[in-house]
This record gives sequence, structure tokens and C-alpha cells, in this order.
Amino acid sequence: MAEKPKVAFYWCASCGGCDETVVDLAEAVLDVVAAVDIVFWPVAMDFKRKDVEAMPDDAILATFVNGAIRTTEQEEMAHLLRRKSKLLLAFGSCSHLGGIPGLANLFDRESILQAVYCESPSTVNEEGVLPSVRHNDNGHSVELPGFYETVRTLGQVVDVDFYIPGCPPTARILRTALQTLLGGELPPKGTVLAPDYALCEECPRKDSKPVNLSISQFKRPQEVLIDEEKCLLTQGLLCMGPATRGGCEAPCVQGNMPCTGCCGPTSRVRDQGGKILSSLASLLESKEEGEIDQALATIPDPAGSFYRYGLPSSLLRRRKLPDSNLEPPKVR
Amino acid sequence: MPEPKDTGSGGIGVYVCHCGTNIAGTVDVNALTEYAATLPGVTVARNYKYACSTPGQELIKRDIHELNLTRVVVAACSPCLHEKTFRNVTSEGGLNPYYFHMVNLREHDSWVHTDKKAATEKGKDLIRAAVRRVRLHRPLERKRVSIDPNVLIVGGGIAGIHAALTLANAGKHVYLVERDATIGGHMAMFDKTFPTLDCAACILTPKMTAVKSHPNITLWTLSEVTQVDGYVGNYKITVKRKPRYVLEDACVGCMECIDACVYKQAKVPDEFNMYLGKRKPIYIPFPQAVPQVVVIDRESCIEFKSGKCKKTCVEVCADRKAIDFQQQEKTETIDVGTIILATGFFTFNATRIPYYGYGTYPNVYTGLEVERLVNAAGPTSGEIILRDNRKPKAVGIVHCVGSRDENTNRYCSRVCCMYSLKLAHLIKEKTDAEVFNFYIDMRTPGKGFEEFYNRVAEEGTHFIRGRVADIYPDPAGDGHLLMCAEDTLMGTVRKIPVDMVVLSTGLEPQPDAQEVRRRFHLSCSGEGFFLERHPKLAPVSTFTDGIFLAGCCQGPKDIPDTVAQAGAAAAEALALIDIGYIEQEPYTAQVLEEVCSGCKTCIPLCPYQAISFVEEKKKAEINEVLCKGCGTCVASCPSGSIQQNLFEDEEIFEEVEGLLAYA
Repeated sequence: MAEKPKVAFYWCASCGGCDETVVDLAEAVLDVVAAVDIVFWPVAMDFKRKDVEAMPDDAILATFVNGAIRTTEQEEMAHLLRRKSKLLLAFGSCSHLGGIPGLANLFDRESILQAVYCESPSTVNEEGVLPSVRHNDNGHSVELPGFYETVRTLGQVVDVDFYIPGCPPTARILRTALQTLLGGELPPKGTVLAPDYALCEECPRKDSKPVNLSISQFKRPQEVLIDEEKCLLTQGLLCMGPATRGGCEAPCVQGNMPCTGCCGPTSRVRDQGGKILSSLASLLESKEEGEIDQALATIPDPAGSFYRYGLPSSLLRRRKLPDSNLEPPKVR
Repeated sequence: MPEPKDTGSGGIGVYVCHCGTNIAGTVDVNALTEYAATLPGVTVARNYKYACSTPGQELIKRDIHELNLTRVVVAACSPCLHEKTFRNVTSEGGLNPYYFHMVNLREHDSWVHTDKKAATEKGKDLIRAAVRRVRLHRPLERKRVSIDPNVLIVGGGIAGIHAALTLANAGKHVYLVERDATIGGHMAMFDKTFPTLDCAACILTPKMTAVKSHPNITLWTLSEVTQVDGYVGNYKITVKRKPRYVLEDACVGCMECIDACVYKQAKVPDEFNMYLGKRKPIYIPFPQAVPQVVVIDRESCIEFKSGKCKKTCVEVCADRKAIDFQQQEKTETIDVGTIILATGFFTFNATRIPYYGYGTYPNVYTGLEVERLVNAAGPTSGEIILRDNRKPKAVGIVHCVGSRDENTNRYCSRVCCMYSLKLAHLIKEKTDAEVFNFYIDMRTPGKGFEEFYNRVAEEGTHFIRGRVADIYPDPAGDGHLLMCAEDTLMGTVRKIPVDMVVLSTGLEPQPDAQEVRRRFHLSCSGEGFFLERHPKLAPVSTFTDGIFLAGCCQGPKDIPDTVAQAGAAAAEALALIDIGYIEQEPYTAQVLEEVCSGCKTCIPLCPYQAISFVEEKKKAEINEVLCKGCGTCVASCPSGSIQQNLFEDEEIFEEVEGLLAYA
């Protein structure tokens, strides 16, 4: 029997939801297991880093890395897996675009560590101990991964062959992506393995959107009784659908919640947040500056709304650091 | 996927223009040229004294041939000035004209900086951006749109009349649409015209009759354009024709019906005479009105009010059967290729300046009212008789009423000084009254204008330089009005008793100018007049292709300027008609149909109504002919599914990155 293609999964800065997707394949996961050999999957199987290091280069057909790159360890693993894999896939929003962890780029490392290890209400840390790369205790020294100032996408750290979008990718997106990889011809390198149109295309509420939509204020989901049939934008809800890649079949909208943009922009857009801003701003009803300010004030968290999943991969990338010294990343 | 772009590994020619010393005086053109030669992809970089000159153009063409250039960058003046020139050069050299990019080294660099070193560095940045962008340029083609030879002219004043006759004489069919019952406009109301004192009616009415009898002119009075669809060369116009209640084809203009009207006396204030005279419910606006057809005013006609009139008018009309109380409003649609707007002006409402007492003191008149008073065909047969039946012995004329005034209009209405002088002359001639002209500055900058001013001064008209601050009844109680002004030449406040005050009211946009502007997709200047495409070089064109402006709808002007502009507008229309087609710049936007998600964001944003939603496909679609390439939809498309030629994202990003990359 011919050797089955080897597949690996890895987990960087993320919540673990992407690994859930693999499980969400349900019965289909059996087909996957039948078709491939999983050689590395820390969350589910007992393989170690040294097992990967022992493999010849390009030994793995495809490695799915979820999570953004935030620590030295994640960066090392990204390089290692790149070397060992024929195909490296960024799997899910964090590794594709930066994801929710990428919002950390609105702050600097110092203030993040302060907030988490000193200021949070449930923390008791009188000595103000912060994580550090080297720690000495009773003559024993231990080395920990370093924590970068800036969260990066996988593609900003290593060469990535394909991207699978979503937070997490839906089972259907993953299934379709696997079929693409296992069967026949591969798409051009760098392709996002999902349709290249915006979500409105497959939105069940598409027909209810008028041609002359104008928005006077935005509402948050908890502030309104949401009509289950009508386009959410026409109801004043900030729906990212028009600026977000489709393929997920709009589960959020079907669940009566607006799209938050996890699949990122289409291939033709460099900055998803900038695009939706440009589009929504042009649909504002008022032309008076004061009223426009009032309308925009109804969006309490613009960065978190427009760049929820994609700040590190956007044109903004991060908040400017005081010394504006972005490269190379500093390690604590 | 978009087609692969030719990013070529070489073949770019860069030409730095000195523009005499305009550029070379502030920018080190030699350093720029040397720098440009080092940029990736650049085959040749040269500088030349005047790149736009014939030898400059030849130099570029020769390089294209001899060095096999594939792209051309010229760093010179504004693209507004010479982009076309160099595109032609690129084309004549054998390349697609859009394989060219222009760097605005003059307006964006040398003219706005003084530090030569810094300006040179900036020039390098600008050239680097252009070189990086031009590599991504794609070949584009101009599209041709055919031009319907029929012309619509809106407004039948002297501007509309002159343009209509010019076009009709050239053999083009003109639809002249006028809102009132007659053409002639304001000019028909004037008595004499400055500075020659020609009788306005004598020079205008022959042109009015020529309009009516011209086989190439369709004249629709009592009509308004309600809708404008289409685009240059192919406009579809909807016109609402209001009922006259008199059949134009049947009425012979004998006016027996007016005599026969059950109203024996004229009782209705007469609009044409500025309400200083009276007319009957069935009337003709003035004796030389065109068309020579009576009109019935629904508001005052007894038949319309009660339905119980004896209809003596119908009786006397007899077999001609011209009167039709049942006439209904009609809607017509016409196809035209070009449009001339000549919708005229509105005279400033003098009650807006209460201290001048217009509407309060009967002997305060507006200039236009006095035109009718001095006119032999006017309500007093040309005698100046005041509202209290006196003849004035002293008359004060106030210049700049509603002009050059922070509280009303800041602009100068251009004609008031001259018509004030004319009225001073006419009043003096007819009454031998003392005439006082109160002026701020005397503006007489036309042919024969200053001479006319001198003549009026020599005739004994008094000129007082000062803005009239107040007009009020003389407490002495002899019926005089006191005009109070600071004489800035004498340095003293003067109070002049007069019998009659003439307010030289300024010119304003028509009250419905904004509606008309929207209907015809035009822009307005700050004052509300229609905006020309360029104040100097395209004074009768608008930002909408195929729509031209004539007369005071574009801004205050006198009759000679109006007629000149009407002729120019007619010539612009003729130029389009005679060539038969228009070439459209190809930098239009297109919807990438396969990836458009149909989110409809773009549709309401297009200022030219070029985008529609195709229900069957559930996608947006752009009418390429209507698209002006403004880029609004491109910027707004949230999924990046609208692309604009010459302004593709990649081209713009490449340019930005080129600009920001440190040398």
C-alpha cells in the first residue's frame, strides 16, 4: 500500500476554535483520517516538537497552522513547519489576518502586560512580577518564549501557500478546501480557499436591501428587536457582510446577528475596515458635519468593529509606537 | 482574475521639462534627470527647455522609435494643460496613448516651493511614483458616442432666441422651451439699451418673429422641462406643456376676443408691466408678443371661476374656434443631442432691504418698473407719472441694491451702474427733473460705457459717492422722500429731498435654479448661478457633456455679453453636432460582474445616475457612456468589485508606495 500523505495541525496565538472545526467535520473527519496520516497535532495527539524536527524537509504534504504569531516560540514553530511541509496553510482568521489577538496591536506590549498581570481586578501581584524570557529561581534557570510587541499574521512571518478564512472556518469551508488540496490542480499560490465575492451574494436577506439605503444612526444588536427577514444594515445594524468574503453561507445572519467580518476582505481589497468605512460613510443620511459626528458616535468601538479580525494585515497594521521602531520586533 | 499586466523590465522614457525658468528656476532639472535614469525600468531620461514645443515632442517620438520605449513619463506642468498633448505624442510615436503618465512638476513643486534642494528631492519622489505607476498602465481606447443633431434650448430670452436662430440658420432643428406665454424675456421689458440707447423692442422683436417663422424652430411657450434622461448626444427630454386655453394653430392674433371680454375694463394687474398697468383675463402679454396668440388666465376668467360666463370671447372668435376651455396639460418627449440652458435671472426683491422703503412708500420704484414707466408701450405710454399722479421734479437713483452688500449679495451685478445711468438720462430727458445717482463705485468697463457716463454727467445728473443709508418721508410734509447718505467725497452726510426713488436692483439666480440644476445634473457656484466648466477656457460648457450655458443663468451680464455667450453656446453645440460623435475618455468604471455581490452600495452614490441594479442578475451595472470616471463608486464598493481604468487599485498603490519609498 502506498504511503498516505502526511498532514499536520498546529496552534499559535488563537482560541482553539479552529481545531474544533476539524472535529466539526463529523463523519467526514473519518474520510480525512482514512485519506491522510496525521503526523503532528498537539491539541489532540501526542507528538513532540522533536518528532517534527526529526522529519526530512518537505516530508509533510500540508500543515494547517491556526493562530497569529505573537511569541518567539510561535515564530520558531512557523519556520520549522514551513521547512518540513510542502504546503503551509494559514487556517482561520488569526493566522490568515491576525484575528482577535491582532487587536493587541492597538496597544504596546508594556501596557498589555501591565493590564493583564497587574491591573486586572482579579489579579494579586504585589511585587509586580511580569513574564520574562529568563527566570532564575533557587539557582535554577528557565527560559520562556519571548513576547513580541506586535502581533503578526502567519504570512507576515513565513511563506504561506494557501489561506483558509473564518473564525473559525466553517466545516464546509474546510471540507471544500481539503477537496481542493487533495484533488487535481492547485490554485495559484496565495489563494484564499473560499469564494471571492462578498457575503451579500449568499445572504438570505439580500433581496430585502433597498437600492437607496441611507443610514442615520447605527444600532447594536441588543438595542433593537431585529426583524428576521430584513437586511440587517437597513435595520441600522453594523453588518460587515458587504465587505467580507463569502463562503460561510452567513450563519451569523441566519442566526439574526450581523456579520462581523471574520472571513476578511475579498482578494481585490487590501484593507477591509477602510473599505466598509468608505462604503458606510457614503451611505450616511446627513451631509452636516455635526450630524455625521452624531451618527458615527453610535459606533462605540470603531477599531474593534471594522478591524475585528484583520488589524495586523490591514494597511494600519498597528498603533504607532512611541519610538515608531517597528522592525525588528523586540523581545522581552 | 484580471489579465496579467505588462510590467516590462525596461523601456520607460522620462522627460523633465524646464518650462523656461518656471520649473528649472526652482528645481535642479539635471539632478532630476540623472536620478530618473537610475530608476528601475527607465531606459532614457532627458530634460528639455519646453517639452511641449514641436522639437520637444519630436524628441519623445524619436526616442520611442529608436529606443523601443514602451512607456513615457513627462514631468512638466499640470495634466489639465498638456496631458492631451503628450498622450498624442505617445500615440504618434506608436504607443497606446495611455502608456503615458504626467508628473505635475510645476504646480505641485516648483511653483509652490522656494527651497531648491528640497524641491528637487520632492521632484524625485514625484518622478519615482510616476515611473512605478506607468509600468502598470494598460492600453485603453476612447469610445465614440453618436450625437443627435436636434438641440433643446431652455428659456426664450435674448440668449435663448439668439442661440436658437444661430443653430436654426445652420440647419439644425431646435426645440425652444419657454415658461411664459411669450418669448422675449427681460429684454422685451426694457425701454432703451445702454450705452447706444437703441430701442430694446426695435432690435429684439424682429428676432422674436424670426424664431416663430423659422422652419427649423419648434417653439413651445407655457412649457417646462420636467425630466432629463440620457447622456451627451442622446438626451431624452420630457416637457410639460401647460394649457393656454387658446389653440395656437387656430388663433390669428386679431385680439377681437380681448375687446369682447365681458370685463369691459382691464382689472387684473399686468405682470409684463410690473403690475403698474392692468390687463383682462384674456390678454396678450404685450403687443409684439411671440407667439401672437392670446392667453386666458384661469385665476381671473369668469368662465373658469363660475362656469357661468356669457363667453363673448368665444362668440367673437366664431368660426376660428380658437378658444378651448377644455384644453389640458400635455406631456411631450423629445430626443436631442445637446442642450443650451438660457434660463435667465431674477431681479432682487427690494423689500429685503426695508430701510429703502420699497413697498412702503409708493414713490419708491425698482429699475425694472421704471423701464416700463419710460416705455412708450408701457402703462403710462412713456410718461413718468408717479403712483400719486405727480410728475417728479427730483429723482434719486440708488445703485447696488442687493449687490455688493454683505447682507444680501456680495457680488457685483455688473449691469446696474450702466442701467442707472441710462435711467438717469431717460428720466432727465422726459421730465427735466434733477437726478441724483448714489453710487459706491462707478463701474463702466465696456465699449462706449465710460463715454456714456461722461455724457450723462455733462447732462447735469448729480453723482453722489455714498451708500444710501435711509429713505424716509420728509417731516416737512411736502410729499418728498429724504434720501440720506454719507457723501464720501465731500465727507459729510447729505439728505436730499426727492419725489421719486429708483432702486437699481441687482440680478439673482432664478428662485428654482437649484431644482433646474439637479434636473440637468449641473453644478452651481456659491451665489447659485450655474457653474461653467472653466471660468476662462470653457465659459459656456458645463461639467455635463453636451449641456451649455448662455446668458444670466451663468451670472449677471449685459445684452452684448449675453448674445456673445449665446453664440458661443450655439457654436459649441454645432461643433458636437457637425462632427457627429463624441470621444469619451476611457477612464470609466466597470463592475466586475462575476464577483459583484449585489450589495447596492454604489447605486445611490453615482452623481451621474450611471449605475443601475440589474434585477435578473442581482448585480450592479454601470452605463459606460454616463460614467464620468469620478471614482465615487470605486471607493465605496466594499468588496472591491468596481474597477476604474487608469485608477486601478494596483496603479494607485504602486504610485503611493513609489512616492513614499525613500530614495
